[in-house]
Amino acid sequence: MASRGSLGSDAKEPHEPESFEPNEPHEPRLISNFLLFGRVLRAAGVHVHRERMVDAIQATEWIGVRSRADVRATLSALLVHRHEDLPLFNEAFDLVFRAHGSSELKLPLFSLGERARIVMNRRAGAPQRLDVESESTESDAASAAFAIGAYSTVEVSRTKDFADFTAAELEAARRLMLRMHWHPGIRRTRRWQRATRGDIDMPRLLRTNLMRGGELIELPRRVRREAPRPIVMLADVSGSMDRYSRMLLAFASGLTRSARQVESFVFATRLTRVSRFVSAATGYRVVSRMVRDLHDWGGGTRIGEALRTFNTTWARRVMRHGPVVLIVSDGWDRGDPQLLVRELSRLGRRCSRLIWLNPLLGSAGYEPLTRGMQAALEHIDDFMPAHNLRSLEDLATHLQRLGRPHHGDHRHT
Amino acid sequence: MSHAPLAIPPSVDALQEALGREQYIAERALAVSVYLALRLKRPLFLEGEAGVGKTEIAKVLAAALNTSLIRLQCYEGLDVGQAVYEWNYPRQLLEIRMIEIARDLDRAVAAHELFTETFLIKRPLLRAIEETRQRAPVLLIDEIDRADEEFEGYLLEFLSDFQVTIPELGTIRATEPPIVVITSNRTREVHDALKRRCVYSWIPYPDFEKEYRIVRAKVPGASERLARQVTAFVQDLRTADLYKAAGISETLDWAAALVALDRDVLDQHVIDETLGILLKNQEDIDAVRGERVGAMLARVLA
Repeated sequence: MASRGSLGSDAKEPHEPESFEPNEPHEPRLISNFLLFGRVLRAAGVHVHRERMVDAIQATEWIGVRSRADVRATLSALLVHRHEDLPLFNEAFDLVFRAHGSSELKLPLFSLGERARIVMNRRAGAPQRLDVESESTESDAASAAFAIGAYSTVEVSRTKDFADFTAAELEAARRLMLRMHWHPGIRRTRRWQRATRGDIDMPRLLRTNLMRGGELIELPRRVRREAPRPIVMLADVSGSMDRYSRMLLAFASGLTRSARQVESFVFATRLTRVSRFVSAATGYRVVSRMVRDLHDWGGGTRIGEALRTFNTTWARRVMRHGPVVLIVSDGWDRGDPQLLVRELSRLGRRCSRLIWLNPLLGSAGYEPLTRGMQAALEHIDDFMPAHNLRSLEDLATHLQRLGRPHHGDHRHT
Repeated sequence: MSHAPLAIPPSVDALQEALGREQYIAERALAVSVYLALRLKRPLFLEGEAGVGKTEIAKVLAAALNTSLIRLQCYEGLDVGQAVYEWNYPRQLLEIRMIEIARDLDRAVAAHELFTETFLIKRPLLRAIEETRQRAPVLLIDEIDRADEEFEGYLLEFLSDFQVTIPELGTIRATEPPIVVITSNRTREVHDALKRRCVYSWIPYPDFEKEYRIVRAKVPGASERLARQVTAFVQDLRTADLYKAAGISETLDWAAALVALDRDVLDQHVIDETLGILLKNQEDIDAVRGERVGAMLARVLA
């Protein structure tokens, strides 16, 4: 499996050497080793709660420290609370608790996997690691310039194609998008709330009135609470989308900031979840950098495969409550059109609305002639442009009209 | 009845043995987590794919500790009325009528009489707290990921004080914290604040040895040969790229079905016929039936 964390195999217990430092519990060295370990974990981006560390030290009294495997299990049970942190935990554990390990640490030593890099960038208090990011010259210069107000005078045309934007316009549009308000359709939840109209709230009716001896004085009513529909965005960031990727990521950030539940994924040849990063202040740059890396790998788009990964690995976790799914792609697909159709129809059955945003749709005379795009058309609910600010505003209006439970919500909520 | 404290096994080994006596094969890491949860009196948070035996742990733990199991199944919209307590309105109404017939209704007295324990429907969380007066039970909060955030918020509060306040009756406190086991299939991320309070354990699919032992223990009718083949086949099937992999319970159902069909070895035909027991998704079944089953079978028999 390409993505981490779906099957259990990656969480399998690493092989443990038999002997381990035979320290007595609560020996000062043990405590300082634990505290050091906690710091390493935090540096790697694992959120370690202070209280848990106290528990861990306490726990060694019961578990003992003779078995390395038991110490690993103890620390993992108490310090980790996310499955995706387990590989990092194991790496950190091996690093700090080598059998008779010396305490010289050469950080950062974590594998140069995607996650580790992102994790380090996301930490604001670590300037030396942000340096990795500052290789990216142009975009950083732009945001730095913006910070001192250089772009405040740029007028952004709402009908100009993103592809024709200058760097300054892009940055201004990006800022604009972060301020846009999004109201995706709403769904009816299964939770009740008090209301002035609606069904009579029998439990409350009886409870309030019984206290007065059974006279029906008040008629409390209740309705199902409504909540915004979740949004899942799958953005194509392959080479052919290059000129739009930047804007679309800004679009995703803006969406994430104003709507409550947004999950974002980017794909070219493979799919990566970026939800956590698009909402963070510095996350935008992290994702841009990832996108550049994706370009470096080349290879074009395989939409069908990306959707398959999504359907098998992520759908169960992020497709709750009938979300609106946005696929952003120009449809230049190098993969198997049949796979694309199969996965798209599956995706379509599990969401309340499937919207395909295609930047090319904005250019005059564009016809969805690519095999992938043709095949896709019959499975999607809306096929909309996404090439300028106007088209995104139209999308916002469209989303707002969607999915009100009382008109025409033919799918599950 | 007076309070009888739980006998917590004195070591991880002892706990592992106690679970083993209940036919549960716990890996060392899991046993350590369970043991820590018991000692630290913290909830145990179990995550893993569906069908890896998360719920089973709670049941077995209750049996091993010789205490009762109280289960709360979560779902969207789960509220206090279903999780904690609810007044029995029909009975209260009936009671009012009866009081009215029997004597002149004194409203103040009636209201007082109507809100007593007789008319209270106790739901799992309240029952778990009351049960601690005798002996701490195992409280299983199953599939927390199905409940909504509002319930999670309530649970967070419940897990920190183990008390329930009923306005008409007062506050009911636990004598000692119940043993809480929370499971999640990760259909959504459960909030960190809740997980941080718990001892966390990720339960992977079992490896061949462990699953084989489970099959042998739970399907005694299966021969050694069949158990090996079944386990090897399921292990291979899990590596296939499918929407929904088979869990341990599917393996056990399949083994039992093969025993019922008087099979002692696997062959292509019987696998194709019974594939629906292992895979619950038509697209998955279509994807592996026939050729791919043949290839897997060849590897299993090799």
